[in-house]
Amino acid sequence: MQQLRHGAGTELHVEGILAVTKALLQSGVAYVGGYQGAPISHLMDVLGDAREILDELGVYFENSASEATAAAMLAASVHYPLRGAVTFKSTVGLNVASDALANLASGGVKGGALVILGEDYGEGSSIMQERSHAFAMKSQMWLLDPRPNITAIVDAVEAGFELSEASNTPVMLDLRLRSCHLHGAFTAKDNRRPPMTVKDAIENPARDVSRVVLPPASFQHEQEKVNDRWPAAVRFIKERGLNEVINDGASDIGIITQGGLYNTLNRSMELLGCSDPFGNTQVPLYVMNVTYPVVDDEIVAFCSGKRAVLLLEEGQPDYLEQNLNAILRRAGVDTALHGKDLLPVAGEYTSAAMTKGIAAFLQRYQPDLVVHEPALLLDRDDPASPFASPVDPAAILPRPPGLCTGCPERPIFSGMKLAERETGQHHVSADIGCHLFAINAPFDLGATTMGYGLGSAGASALNASGADRSTVAIMGDGGFWHNGLTSGVGNAVFNKNDQVLVVVDNDYSAATGGQDVLSSHADTPLRSTQHPIEKAVRGIGVEWAKTIDNTFDVTQVRDTFVEAFEAKDAGPKVLVMQSECQLNRQRRVKPEMRKALKDGKRVVRERFGVDAETCTGDHACIRISGCPSLTIASNPDPMRTDPVAKVLDSCVGCGVCGNNAHAAVLCPSFYRTDVVHNPTARDKVLVRIRSWWMRALSRGLERRAARFEVAA
Amino acid sequence: MSSWSEGRRPLTLAILALGGEGGGVLADWVVAVAEQGGWYAQNTSVAGVAQRTGATVYYVELFPPAEGDAATGGVRREPVMSIFPTPGEVDVVVASELMESGRAIQRGFSTADRTTLITSTSRVYSIDEKMAMGDGRVDDAELLAAAGRASKRLVAADFMQMAEDAGSVISASLFGAVAGCGALPFTREAFEAPIRAFGKGVESSLAAFAAGYDAATEPPAAPAPAPVELPMSSWSGASDAGPARPSRAVEARKGHREEERRRIAAEDPGSLVGPGLRPLAEQVRELPEAARSMTLHGLVRTAVYQDASYAERYLERVRRFAAVDPDREGEARLTCEAARHVALWMCFQDIIQVAQQKTRRARMDRIRQEAKAKPDQLLQVREYLHPQFDELTDSMPAGMAKRLRRSRIVRRTVQAATRQGMILNTTSILGYTQLSLLARMRPLRPRTLRFVREQEAIDRWIERALGVAPADGELAREIVECQRVLKGYGATYEHGSESFARLMDAADELAGQDGAAERLAALRDAALADEHGHELEAKLPKAPAH
Repeated sequence: MQQLRHGAGTELHVEGILAVTKALLQSGVAYVGGYQGAPISHLMDVLGDAREILDELGVYFENSASEATAAAMLAASVHYPLRGAVTFKSTVGLNVASDALANLASGGVKGGALVILGEDYGEGSSIMQERSHAFAMKSQMWLLDPRPNITAIVDAVEAGFELSEASNTPVMLDLRLRSCHLHGAFTAKDNRRPPMTVKDAIENPARDVSRVVLPPASFQHEQEKVNDRWPAAVRFIKERGLNEVINDGASDIGIITQGGLYNTLNRSMELLGCSDPFGNTQVPLYVMNVTYPVVDDEIVAFCSGKRAVLLLEEGQPDYLEQNLNAILRRAGVDTALHGKDLLPVAGEYTSAAMTKGIAAFLQRYQPDLVVHEPALLLDRDDPASPFASPVDPAAILPRPPGLCTGCPERPIFSGMKLAERETGQHHVSADIGCHLFAINAPFDLGATTMGYGLGSAGASALNASGADRSTVAIMGDGGFWHNGLTSGVGNAVFNKNDQVLVVVDNDYSAATGGQDVLSSHADTPLRSTQHPIEKAVRGIGVEWAKTIDNTFDVTQVRDTFVEAFEAKDAGPKVLVMQSECQLNRQRRVKPEMRKALKDGKRVVRERFGVDAETCTGDHACIRISGCPSLTIASNPDPMRTDPVAKVLDSCVGCGVCGNNAHAAVLCPSFYRTDVVHNPTARDKVLVRIRSWWMRALSRGLERRAARFEVAA
Repeated sequence: MSSWSEGRRPLTLAILALGGEGGGVLADWVVAVAEQGGWYAQNTSVAGVAQRTGATVYYVELFPPAEGDAATGGVRREPVMSIFPTPGEVDVVVASELMESGRAIQRGFSTADRTTLITSTSRVYSIDEKMAMGDGRVDDAELLAAAGRASKRLVAADFMQMAEDAGSVISASLFGAVAGCGALPFTREAFEAPIRAFGKGVESSLAAFAAGYDAATEPPAAPAPAPVELPMSSWSGASDAGPARPSRAVEARKGHREEERRRIAAEDPGSLVGPGLRPLAEQVRELPEAARSMTLHGLVRTAVYQDASYAERYLERVRRFAAVDPDREGEARLTCEAARHVALWMCFQDIIQVAQQKTRRARMDRIRQEAKAKPDQLLQVREYLHPQFDELTDSMPAGMAKRLRRSRIVRRTVQAATRQGMILNTTSILGYTQLSLLARMRPLRPRTLRFVREQEAIDRWIERALGVAPADGELAREIVECQRVLKGYGATYEHGSESFARLMDAADELAGQDGAAERLAALRDAALADEHGHELEAKLPKAPAH
C-alpha cells in the first residue's frame, strides 16, 4: 500500500491492480468509484485501503451501489474538468451500467472519464462469454486494450484520460483477467493532486443544457459523435502513437493484433522461430492498443503492399474483422485478410490456439519463416505431442467450485433438500453469488440464473394461483442491495407473486471478496451499515417475512422451509437466512483467538470427528453437505473395504455435519471435540475427576473385551 | 538469430493448486527469488470462482538478466513474457495433489521431454469420489504411473504430510521441492529468503521447506537420464507397504498386515485371539487356509459384540460355506467373503453396539490424539445422537417392543421427544454413565426385536447362498457380497435393505443362468450407484408378466 506514495523514478514491483491504482493517482484523478467483482474486486479493496492517501490528495472515493451507480457517477465530468474513474467487471457490469454510460456518451464529457473494465473472459471466468467491444461500438466510447505489461497498462491509464479529454468521450480500459493478476515492474511518477477537486466543483456549480440528453440536444450529440469527437480521437491516437507498428518492411505479410494478445503472439512467433524474447519479429506487426475506434489510415497504410495480413481478434462476433474488411474494401486495398478462418471463432486465444493459427498463416504465405515446429503442433496421435496424454481420462474428475468449509450457506441448502423430502421438489430460480454453487453436486438445486439480484425476478413468470406449490427464488445480500429489493421483492409484492424468496444474508458481498453492504453487521466509520433486510422487505410491502439468525441450525432451517412452502398467504414469502460468511469470520476471529491464546486466556477450540468403527461408509452425510473438510479415508477396519467419512483438520467446527446428522437422521458417528486451551483450575480438577470416573466405568467393558481381543 | 528452439527462452513454471492451498504465495516466492537474483520475473493467475475449492493454475516465467546488446536496440527493452503456459513448453510443474498432476498432464503442461514434475501424492478427493455410496475413488496408481510417463523427472512425495508434520502449509513444502529439484539456478539461501521475509510462521515454514527440499534432492550418483526414479521412501507408509497406492497407505498397510496374519493363522491361530477364544480359534484349522485370518477377525468381532457362544454360532455359519467352497485348497474366496460378510452382518449396528464403540478406551485415546490434547487438558466429546422410535423399540425385548409399536400414543410421544435429536457429552460423568450402561445391556440383546429379525434374515441369506453354491460357487459368493449394500442408519439403512431384498430376488431369478455371478455383481454396483435406487431399477431384469 505504501508503494502508492513512491515518487518519480522509483521502480515498483507490483501486481496489475496496484499499478492501475498508482497510475490513477499519477494522473490527477479527482474521484473514483466502482462495484466489486472478479477480476477487479481487488482494485476496489486497494482503493478502500488507500483512503488516507486519497484524502491527502483530495480524491473522492465511494463504493457504488451498483455498476449503474458507478457509471452515473461519471456525470461529474460532464460540466467540470474533473478526471474521474470507475471500475467494475465486464461484460456483466457493462450490462448493468449501459443506460448510464449511453447517456454519458451522448452528452460527452469535459473532464477525462475512464471506465476500467475487469474483463472476465476465458479460463477462470464466472460469467457468460461476451465482448465489451459491442458496448464501445453502440455508445461510441473508446476502448483501450493495452499489452499485458505493467508499464503499458500504467501508460494506458494516463493516455486514457487524455484521449477522453481530447475527444470529449468516455474511455474504457480493458483490463484482461490475467493482466489484473500480472506481476511486473514499472517506473513511478509523482502523485498529482487534481487541479480541480470535487469540492471546488460543488462550490462553483455549472450547467450547460446542451449536454443534457433530451431533444433537441440528443440529436446534436449524435452528430457531434461522428463529426467532432471521432475525428478528434483518431487524431489523438495517431499523434500519440498509441497503436504500434513493429518491424514494418521485414516482410510482405503482416499480423494485426489486439494489444491484449501481443505477448501471446510474440510467444507463438518465438516458438515458430520468427521472433525473439525482446520482440524482434520477422513478421511486421500492427498492435492495436486502442481497439475502438479503428484508425482507418493506419490499417490502410499497414496493409497496403502486403500480400496477406492475419488479424488476431479474441471472442465473437468478429467485429474488428468486419470493420477491417470494410476499411480495406473502401480503400481499394486487395490484401488478403485472414482471421477467424485460421483461428478459433469462439473461445480464449491461448498460446496453443494462437500458435496453431499463426503457423497455418505463415505456412501458407511464407513457410520459410517457420524454422521450428513446436510439439503442440504435432498430431494428437503423435507420441511426442503434449496432448498424447498418457493419463487415463477416467482418473481425472471435474472439480466444480463449491462452498467453503464452514460456509453458512451450506446448511441452507441442506435444509432445503431435507424440506423437499417432505414437500416434494420445487422450481428454484438461482442468482449470482456463492449460493449459485448449489446448482452443483451434492445439492443440485437451482434451474436458472438471470443475473445479479435477479433471482426473484427470474421466478416471476412461474406464478400460478392454482399450482400446488410455490416457486422458490434465491438471492444474496449483495444482489438484494444491488437491485433485488426493487427488481425482485418490489415486483413480487406489486404483482402478488406467491414465490418463496430466500435472501442469503452473510454480512458481506461475500463472493466478490467480502465487501460491506448495507446490511453488514460491521461498524465502519466511513459507511452506514446494519440496515436489516427484513425491515427493508417489510418496508416495501412484504407481509410474510422471517429472519433465521443461525443458519447452522439445520432443523430450524428445514422446518422454516416447510412452513413457507405450506403457507397459504398471498404474496411473496421472504426468508432471510442470516449467518456470517465463514471466510471473513475466520479472517476476523483467527487473530483474536491467537492473541487470546498468547495472553493465557481460556479458549475453547471446536472441531468435528467421525468414528470410523461406527461409520458404515455410506457417505449420506457427504451427499447433503459437500463440505471440503468432510471427506473420505481408507477404512482402517481389516474386514471392511469401502472408505469411511473423515473430518479434516481444516474443520472450523461450524457444526453443520452434526446438525445434518440430526436433521436428516443420519448416523451416530459424528462427534464434536471441544479442546480447552489455557484451562482454569476448575477445568483441571474436572479432567481428573472425569478421567477417574471413566476409567472406573470402562474397566469392566475393557476386561471383558480383553478376553477376546489380542492385546495391542 | 538465437531462438527459442536453441534455448533462448525463459524458465517456465505452472503451479496447480486448489483454493486456499497457498499456490499464489508459492508463485510469489518464486518471483521474489528470481528478482533478487536480477532476473525478470512475471507471474499470472486466474482468479474468480476457481479459487473457491476449485483448481487454479498459477503461471510463472523467469528470464535471465539481460544479455548485453540483446536488450538494446530491440523492439522491447524487457523480455516479452507469456501469460499462458504453453503445452509442451513448461519446465517445472508443481501439483499440490495427485489428481491435479493428472490434470496438468491432460492439459499438456507436463511432458516427458522437458518437465520436472513435482507432485504431492496426497489426495483431495473430488465431490464425485466422496459422494459415492461405495468406493468412488479413482485409481491413484494410474495417476502416479502417468506422472512418471509424462515427466522428465518426477518428484512425488506426500508434501501434505510433510507440511502437517512441520505445522505448516503445503505451499512451503512444495516450495522446498522447487528449490531442491535443481531446475532453477538459485541457491538454497536465496530460496529461503522470501520465507524469512514473509514473516508469518517462519520456523515452521522453513521446516516444511527443508523436508520438501530433501525429498526433491536427487542422490548424487544418478547420471543416467532416462528411467524415472520414484522416491519411494518418501511415500507415507511406504516403508512397510511397498510401492502400492501412494495415498492409500492404509490399504497397503492392511494388505501387508493381512499377509502376516495369514502366515500366523496357518501356524498358530490361537495367538490372533484373546484367551477366551483360543479353543474356538483352534477350530479354524479345519477351514481353508486362505480364509482363516478373516475368520479369526470375525470370531473376535462377534465375541466382543455378544459373547463366545455367538462367536461359535458365527464359526458354524462359516464352516457351512467352507464345506461347499469349490476352491478350498486355493484362494477359497467363497469362504473368505462369507467369513467377512457374515461377521459384519452379525455385528449389526444397534444402540448397544454404538454405545459400546463410543465408550471404548481406545476410542477416547484416539480422539485425544487427533485433537493433539495433552493429558491434563480438558477435552469434551459431544455425540450427535438421534435414536428413532423404531431403533429404540428394536433394542427392547421382542414381545414388549411389538406391544409398544402397536400403541400410537407411545409412538407419537417418543417421536416428539426424539425429533430434535440429542447431544450427549460422553466425557461428562452423566453422559459416560449413560452410554456405558447402554453398552452393558448386551446380555439382553438376543431377546431384542432387531436381533430376532436380523438372525432370520441372515439365515435366509445364508441358505440362499448355500443353495446355489454346489452349482455355481461364484454366484454364491456374489450373493454373500451383497451384504455390502446393508449400510447406514435410519433411512439410508432402510434403503439398503430394500436394495438388498431386490438383489436377493434377482439372485433367485439369475440362478442357473450363464453369467449369473457377473450380472448380480453389476446389479450390486448399480444399487450402490445412487441413493434413490434409480440405477438399480434401470438394470433389474423386468419381472415377467403374470
